[in-house]
Amino acid sequence: MSRIHVDTTINGVATEFLCEPQQSLLEVLREELKLTGTKEGCATGDCGACSVTVDGRLVCSCLVLGAEAQGRKIGTVEGIADGDKLHPIQQKFLEHAALQCGICTPGLMVATKALLDANPDPTEEEIRYYLAGNLCRCTGYDKIIRAVQDAAQTMRGA
Amino acid sequence: MSEARDFRVVGTRPIRPDGVDKVTGRANFGADFSLPGMLYAQVLRSPHAHARIVSIDTKKAAKMPGVFAVVTGADFPRVGSEEITGGEGAGDYRDLATNIMARDKALYHGHAVAAVAAVSPAVAADALAAIKVKYKVLTPVMDLDAAMADDATLIDETLFTAGLPEKPAKPSNVAAVMEMKRGDVEKGFAQADVVVEGTYRTPTVHQGYIEPHACVATINQGGQATVWCCTQGHFDVRSASAKVLGMNVSDIRVIPSEIGGGFGGKTTIYGEPVAILLSKKSGRPIKLVMTRDEVFRASGPASATKCVVKIGAKRDGTITAMSAWLGYEAGAFKGSSMAPGAMCIFAPYNVPNFLIRGHDVLVNKPKVAAYRAPGAPQSMYACESLLDELARKLDIDPIDLRMKNAVEEGCQAAYGPKFNAIGFKQCLEAAKRHPNYTKALGPGEGRGVAAGFWFNAGMQSSAEIHINEDGTVTVIEGNPDIGGSRASMALMAAEELGVPYERVRVQVADTESAGYTNVTGGSRVTFATGMAVIHAARDIIAQCKQRAAATWGVDAEMVDWQDGKVIPKPGVNAELKPLTLADIAKGSPRTGGPLLGRASLNARGAGAGFSVNMAHVKVDTETGKVDVLGFTAIQDAGKAIHPSYVEGQMQGGAVQGLGWALNEEYVYNADGVMQNAGFLDYRMPVASDMPMIDTQIIEVANPTHPYGVRGVGEVPIVAPLAAAANAVRDATGVRIHDLPLSPPRVLEALDAARS
Repeated sequence: MSRIHVDTTINGVATEFLCEPQQSLLEVLREELKLTGTKEGCATGDCGACSVTVDGRLVCSCLVLGAEAQGRKIGTVEGIADGDKLHPIQQKFLEHAALQCGICTPGLMVATKALLDANPDPTEEEIRYYLAGNLCRCTGYDKIIRAVQDAAQTMRGA
Repeated sequence: MSEARDFRVVGTRPIRPDGVDKVTGRANFGADFSLPGMLYAQVLRSPHAHARIVSIDTKKAAKMPGVFAVVTGADFPRVGSEEITGGEGAGDYRDLATNIMARDKALYHGHAVAAVAAVSPAVAADALAAIKVKYKVLTPVMDLDAAMADDATLIDETLFTAGLPEKPAKPSNVAAVMEMKRGDVEKGFAQADVVVEGTYRTPTVHQGYIEPHACVATINQGGQATVWCCTQGHFDVRSASAKVLGMNVSDIRVIPSEIGGGFGGKTTIYGEPVAILLSKKSGRPIKLVMTRDEVFRASGPASATKCVVKIGAKRDGTITAMSAWLGYEAGAFKGSSMAPGAMCIFAPYNVPNFLIRGHDVLVNKPKVAAYRAPGAPQSMYACESLLDELARKLDIDPIDLRMKNAVEEGCQAAYGPKFNAIGFKQCLEAAKRHPNYTKALGPGEGRGVAAGFWFNAGMQSSAEIHINEDGTVTVIEGNPDIGGSRASMALMAAEELGVPYERVRVQVADTESAGYTNVTGGSRVTFATGMAVIHAARDIIAQCKQRAAATWGVDAEMVDWQDGKVIPKPGVNAELKPLTLADIAKGSPRTGGPLLGRASLNARGAGAGFSVNMAHVKVDTETGKVDVLGFTAIQDAGKAIHPSYVEGQMQGGAVQGLGWALNEEYVYNADGVMQNAGFLDYRMPVASDMPMIDTQIIEVANPTHPYGVRGVGEVPIVAPLAAAANAVRDATGVRIHDLPLSPPRVLEALDAARS
């Protein structure tokens, strides 16, 4: 089977890779590009651990083919921080103890950033519905919601 | 002994030491590790819930290009029967080996029958398809009633019920029975003014950790293996893999990755020995990662149960007798959480007469694993629901009813020992005073109360503390950090050593680098490993005092440790300047070499944990959907080392328990095939399902821990089941006995009540 050549941009960096036609973007990120920050929890688009953005749109990377990254801009958890400075979302998750095991956290970083980029001042209900695709089994969501609210406030003030 | 003291850093809420790696994607979890030349393994699983394996033909698969190894049960050594100790669930190493790879029979849909290692996942999948297995399909036994019927199909023809006075004449699916009693239960019921009784069922549910099981294994020609995996206990992975493969413990090194949730489900092993064996056959490192489908079908869920409970009480609420018949599904091999379920069910109450009969029953489902307070949520759901009915019958406030019968310090627990200081009554008082308890209810809304209990575990832990040359502190311990325990360890070390929290770093080390340590389970880490860290810090302090005394040329008795410094005792020599940890570390080459503190212990006296939960729900009578509008968790933590992570346990356990109560269940078809093995159809709570979870931490110091800590991780999941069910009862006037209270079930009950 011939591999497909893909030109894409990942976290602002021009990147090229070869992938199998059936490989998902998640598999390409993790196996070919060694960007293991993006996690696999289900591979069926139900848990959100593999959340990335494609041209700014939040998607489950397990439901996107690697070949579909051609010409697109991909955003992953590795691109959330600004150099050696944590993003306010990352900082607030830490301050609020909004992670326990941490496996859902990369997906939540990406999903929360997509939410706050689109809606800088969401209500609690809007946060809960926007993040409904990101399963967390440890926290019961309480501290996650509070961290997102605090991050939103910080980002609005910045 | 616990000391009354003011804490400097314990009780504060600093950022966890491993936090930055976890919000930036740097942290390495089970599936994130790779080695050069690594092959990908996949497992062939039984398409039948119960079948005899007639033959397995792997010849074609083994010859396929890119396939390097194939294994079946025949490649594994025969393992003798031996009880597994030290973990969180009951079991036998022979069964564990047969669960990892079937031999003569496939005992559940998804039971492993063969495995392959190939250059890519795609090639491995093709190889699995080329393996030919002939089965003789047998009748699947899918629930307690079917398994316990007189003419039931036997899952294991050699299994005779244990726990009876005499070995029974015939084999049975009932692996074991147990009985616990006090007083004369019949007399107790005769003394009662009111007797209530009910039969309650709970379904098979899964822990639902988001990270599937994953490992990488490699073994050299000398028979020395290294395993990287996500686990709650790498020492247990080592000992269990050694048993299953007939290896020496010293020939397996297990390096724990970060762990993406476990809740008890990662206290056992599945793929690790398979990967080691495939590595042996192929000569290459092997990566074996379960899919979500495999996690549901072939890892260890929690027991489905049937509990028949009876309670008798005087008109004033004094309980005179309690009895319970408990049936717990073990899955395909013996060893459910029936025993802890039986021990917990009446633990919160001081009752003169009780009788509990428990049954551990085989069914053709995956072998259950521990799930957060294993056994307690099911039995206590039954008891706490029935207590709610009793309160209604007696017209007594449900908190008052529990208070009237609540255990306290000095009471003999139903499961044996006398309680030392416990906080159950304090939790009940806090619940009664809580504003949420008297908050007005709208139409269609209801409130439910329930109590929770878990023993908590102690067990074995080790810790080392290294004082680095600049006076900073490295703590080495052996418990995978599943919910912020590095922060708790760092806080306790910082507290004891009198240094800032930020100067302490905590490493979770592998089996060759840390002293033996039991699993991250049983709510034991902050209690037992925390105790080891405190003792290791005290070892450092003792050495510092000695070295300072030697430096000063005075007797060791003439110096004191105060606020992170060695000081001369009053009157010794006013000229001597206090020596800080950093001073002593810097001078250590001259005073005896590096500062290394150590402790290893078998922690006794884990303080019992109690909780009281309140659920506030609204029931849509048209659809049967239950919305949780509010939830309040009150729990005795002994001493909260890092209150945010204690609250996190309470909140997470509450929501997990609400999932169990309201939606989660394994749905099987008539052939014993799970119909909802994915997160879309096995519906765990999502953010939009839940409200904020209010918490109140009660602190009744555990006298056996230096800081008063008692475990907090498991208690939170116990009470939500009954709290939610009692709230639905309050909202609708209808008692539904079987979980989950999913829309179809609630609607059916409401329709039945309406007609």
